[in-house]
Amino acid sequence: MATERITPVDLPEPRYEYGADDHVFVELAEEMSFTANFKAMAITQQVAERDIDGVVENCPANASYMLRIDPEIIHPDDLIAELKEIESEIDLENYEWETRIIDVPVLFEDPWTHETLMEFRERHQDPDGTDLEYSAELNGFDGVESFIDAFVGAPHLVTMVGFVPGLPWCFQMVPRNQQLEVPKYVEPRTDTPSRAVGFGGAFSVIYPVQGAGGYQLYGRTPIEVLDTEQTLPDFRDSMVFPNPGDILNYRRIDREEYDAIREEVKAGTYEYNYGEVRFSPEEFFESPAEYNERLMEVVE
Amino acid sequence: MIEIEAGGIASTVQDLGRTGHYHIGMPPSGAMDRYAHTVANYLVGNDTDAATVEMTYQGITATFRDDAVIAITGADMSPSLNGDPIDTWETVAVDAGDELELAFATEGARAYLAVAGGIDVPEVMDSRSTYTLVGIGGHEGRGLEEGDRLPIGDAPAERRELVGTRIDDEDVPDYANEDTVRIVLGLTSYRLTEEAKETLCESEWTVSSEADRVGYRLEGPDLEFEEREQPFGAGTDPSNVVDLGYPIGSIQVPQQPIVLMQDAVTGGGYATVGTVISADRGLLAQRQTHKSVSFESVDVDEAIDARRDQNARLEAIRADIEGEN
Repeated sequence: MATERITPVDLPEPRYEYGADDHVFVELAEEMSFTANFKAMAITQQVAERDIDGVVENCPANASYMLRIDPEIIHPDDLIAELKEIESEIDLENYEWETRIIDVPVLFEDPWTHETLMEFRERHQDPDGTDLEYSAELNGFDGVESFIDAFVGAPHLVTMVGFVPGLPWCFQMVPRNQQLEVPKYVEPRTDTPSRAVGFGGAFSVIYPVQGAGGYQLYGRTPIEVLDTEQTLPDFRDSMVFPNPGDILNYRRIDREEYDAIREEVKAGTYEYNYGEVRFSPEEFFESPAEYNERLMEVVE
Repeated sequence: MIEIEAGGIASTVQDLGRTGHYHIGMPPSGAMDRYAHTVANYLVGNDTDAATVEMTYQGITATFRDDAVIAITGADMSPSLNGDPIDTWETVAVDAGDELELAFATEGARAYLAVAGGIDVPEVMDSRSTYTLVGIGGHEGRGLEEGDRLPIGDAPAERRELVGTRIDDEDVPDYANEDTVRIVLGLTSYRLTEEAKETLCESEWTVSSEADRVGYRLEGPDLEFEEREQPFGAGTDPSNVVDLGYPIGSIQVPQQPIVLMQDAVTGGGYATVGTVISADRGLLAQRQTHKSVSFESVDVDEAIDARRDQNARLEAIRADIEGEN
């Protein structure tokens, strides 16, 4: 497994699309891959650096990106011409970025998400099991324990932030044949506990606030990804903690540790455990398992 | 200061919204009907970005604790001052102690109350707009309730001279009959069959009861997707795509279409098939539940022209108001 490498994907020609008069949407690929995501990040970073007049929002996504513009300042066609130029100049092989390796403690099979998933059983593919039992079976694991082992066995890269403020979409940093994949609920739930850790398609997420949701529910983290009051030390500069390009390391914890961290969060003293590192896609592709291990060394 | 006696159904403080934070999942919020919000501000001598009170279906009842100059635009909620009806789309004088009362909307869905000096709640991320989902902006991040006190910004005494100003009748939208909103097809519209794209543009849709500041769910015929093997990461349903960013005004098709509005979810995994043009988003926001809506497909240059026309019209209204006084 340690010798397995990730092969960069040949991406199709991007689709450049108008979102009415005031958005440009660019789909880099229909399927998810690290290559598509790194390209979305590299292009939007270049757009930010160029500080293009008339661009008012700059949003990288999993395998696409979107810009909001003032079309009375820049015509969408002129912007698209510039985006094509950026696209042709992007050199993904040498693209690196400063990132954070973030420890994310998770209480799996917690009582709160369990209550929710039981409540919405009739909207699920497998009304007689739990979301974890369903996911484990679908991905060929012999049980929930080994599925959770795989889920926490390699870190997850934040490939997009959105839906609601602070929600990270994360793509696990393993070769395609080890990627977990599960459908979303047949019918979305009208309720999800805040801080629930879920999975849908090939993405793990952390729900920042209580609300609707359609991802399979696995557990709950005691830490916050959104702090609108900005009282916690890590939120002084922004209400939202995770950024695209960050790397989350989900760590299995017990109820005792969950409660202890929760106390710290409520007291406003909890500080995220994270380390900073320069991420090299080339080295990651070359030897993902070994590279991940080295990345994890920056978190105690 | 304005003291709220009844908050109505969903009344929030809104300006033109917050920009620059969409990439962390923060929608712009802001007035759903930018045209009505802006005209209300112009009628009281404010700039377009001053905060107003947006009221949905049923307006507020409130007592003014100071003299003020106000204007009410948008949906007709039969406003009255101390029990006497007052005109909408017109500048009105209010004395300290006066009680303003709005009723149910007869036409349109959203009314705007502008006060000279603007609603002076604190800014959050450079905007006074309320975003209720996470509870930020506006008055304590939520809809208005009995007992709330809204501060009013300072305004020069000359604003009283605007009282009695009204805009031309031709500039007052006909919410009861304007049922066509223009869209630009695109985004991931390749997911729909050609027939489905025609169905989208040729059918009469009905605004469902799930229509709010986040999105308008519409009811009508089913739309067929192109068959494909679902790409890796998208999920199994034909309507699923690898999660992507949603433009404001975009039409997504989980089954029946949902048009995303000012408090939009910023991204997700449903195919998007087009976007309501910026000039017509306010019209959609004024369509009541159970009313019909039709989409007219236009190209991007027509969409930009419509935006320019609307801005030019607003500028002319502002010039008229200034010229009269």
